[in-house]
Amino acid sequence: MAISERLSGNEAVSFAIKQINPDVVAAFPITPSTEIPQFISQYIANGEMTTVYVPVESEHSSMSACVGAQAAGARSMTATSSCGLAYMFEMLYIAASNRLPITMACVNRALSGPININNDHSDSMGARDAGWIQIYAENAQEAYDNFIQCVRIGEHKDVHLPVMACQDGFITSHAVERMELIETDKVKAFVGEYNPEKYLLNPDEILAVGTYDTPQYYMEHKKAQTEAMKNARQVIKDIAKEFETISGRKYDMIEEYRMEDAEYAMVIIGSSAGTAKEAIDELRTAGVKAGLIKVRVFRPFPLEEIAAALKGVKAVAIMDKTDSFSAAGGPLGAEVKAAIYGKVDGLVAANYIYGLGGRDVRVEHIKLVFDEIAELVKSGKQPETYKYLAIRE
Amino acid sequence: MAYNFKEVMNRPDRLASGHRMCAGCGAPIAVRAVLKAIKPEDHAVICSATCCLEVSTCMYPYTSWKDSFIHSAFENAGATICGVEAAHRALSAKGKVPENYKFIAFGGDGGTYDIGFQSLSGAMERNQDMVYVCYDNEAYMNTGIQRSSGTPKYADTTTSATGKNSAGKTQNRKDLTEVIAAHHVPYAAQTTFIGNLKDLYEKSEKAIYTPGAAFLNVLAPCPRGWRYEGEDIMEVCKMAVETCFWPLYEVENDVWKVNYEPKNKRPIEDFLKLQGRFKHLFKKGNEDLIAEIQRDVDHRWELLLKKAK
Repeated sequence: MAISERLSGNEAVSFAIKQINPDVVAAFPITPSTEIPQFISQYIANGEMTTVYVPVESEHSSMSACVGAQAAGARSMTATSSCGLAYMFEMLYIAASNRLPITMACVNRALSGPININNDHSDSMGARDAGWIQIYAENAQEAYDNFIQCVRIGEHKDVHLPVMACQDGFITSHAVERMELIETDKVKAFVGEYNPEKYLLNPDEILAVGTYDTPQYYMEHKKAQTEAMKNARQVIKDIAKEFETISGRKYDMIEEYRMEDAEYAMVIIGSSAGTAKEAIDELRTAGVKAGLIKVRVFRPFPLEEIAAALKGVKAVAIMDKTDSFSAAGGPLGAEVKAAIYGKVDGLVAANYIYGLGGRDVRVEHIKLVFDEIAELVKSGKQPETYKYLAIRE
Repeated sequence: MAYNFKEVMNRPDRLASGHRMCAGCGAPIAVRAVLKAIKPEDHAVICSATCCLEVSTCMYPYTSWKDSFIHSAFENAGATICGVEAAHRALSAKGKVPENYKFIAFGGDGGTYDIGFQSLSGAMERNQDMVYVCYDNEAYMNTGIQRSSGTPKYADTTTSATGKNSAGKTQNRKDLTEVIAAHHVPYAAQTTFIGNLKDLYEKSEKAIYTPGAAFLNVLAPCPRGWRYEGEDIMEVCKMAVETCFWPLYEVENDVWKVNYEPKNKRPIEDFLKLQGRFKHLFKKGNEDLIAEIQRDVDHRWELLLKKAK
């Protein structure tokens, strides 16, 4: 029987880590992810986990220690947010290029500056080209479910890549929700033992990790890395199907909400999807054919799924909880537009920057966006390249 | 067991010949000597910071290391080897890997005194069972002889250039061995290549087989950066010790011990004059600069002797 519980996102992910009982956790406190290493430390103190916890002096060292531990043959995990993730930046690339399936609980928070502890996606979106798989949760249930799946996805023999399990800081990480946990024996059986093919601590075969790569080899290694990321698409789908058998909950690259006959659509990531669903229900009641595409997996990017879901739609609002400062919009805006290019004809695509630094996103904001894109279709006008939502001018 | 030079030197090398380090470089001498102190039956995982040693010993698809080896970045050898050590604790507790593994990280002075200092300090404070070896060649040699906080005063480097208005680096050299000793680790020591390498071997053995974190600071001259002839490396090291520029000492469980006190302390010129990086100090009019270096060396030596009393 599944366990019905009331937990915050941080509690849920910490509980998943306890159930998995990884070999090594190396972590450093940073709001709002700090609770995760706190819970782990307490679980270890209580004798509920046997994980070796490395209380490092910085996030750069937490990722460095995870690189060392995972390369040595240990299932390794960490948690971080915001500037902590930025401080790991160099090591994120090294973890990915060394093909080390480290699992990270990323609790999304705005990057400094100005310093701000609240949620947006500037941290993980800043690391979007680091070679990590990125999976985003809408709520605590998904944060828990995703985290368990992430371990399997990264460690899969066709993938061997690190994975970020992202959830929105405070909104998801600290708000307590009713949710269902899976029995520990089922989680352990689902995740299984970590038995890497190559590892430093193999006495029968020495291994050199992180060797110097000349121009004769570097590009082939990058190609292998990108092939692994492509392979992850099928692996993510397969593992979601398997996860459904133990949880009853369905997951995929994207989630479509009331998209069957939608004329106006929104593409969004994370907790605001919940707000958008509420707004869409209200719009539907008022006779507006509105729908939502929630991007669950951002890396690898679900370009085919998004293009297919947007077929027949008149206008789409692409919502970025970060600004890439390209002066051309946010990363999701750019990538969704690239996904529909040549695939979906005549679609009006508007890019919004919203919810930065914890700015509240309410149902009326989402409805305003739908009003605006409907107006564009009606008037035949092109949208601005991108715009900030609900901003004081 | 008493040091037996012949027996130790006859042990198989754990760093293969055929690496790409320069002739007359101190780094591979330090590495081979340190690794000789691992019992042949014990396994090891070696880590290197990004440095000359790393780029010259692990050019894909080759490795000069006869043990498993990991390089991850410039500033994190301390944290990386701690990750490996943590993995070993977890996996050996489960019976998945043998218990007899040793963990050794190497870094140059740039990767140790400067950019890797935080990671090293964290590793030392956590007292994880590993050895960090700094092969100290007193500048960023891999990038082309830039000054580090380990570069001595008045040395000529490419970022503390000498010229009409400059006599080289104007700042003091950081005393890293003392800084690490202040972490109260079980073992910290300073050594270089003297005689039949007994001092280096014995300190390596102690560092490797003392449970907990240990630190070795090995003065490892660089012929390119210091500008000496390769074959003179042993003489350069000898003079570093005989002038008390680089005292041989160790700190074991907070007990300070000077391992060698020269009977006749040589003037600092005997060390400086062997190296092109100090050539400008011997021009007429720079006598006071040499006198200043001598005062600094004397002062530090006196402080060290007091600590060791």
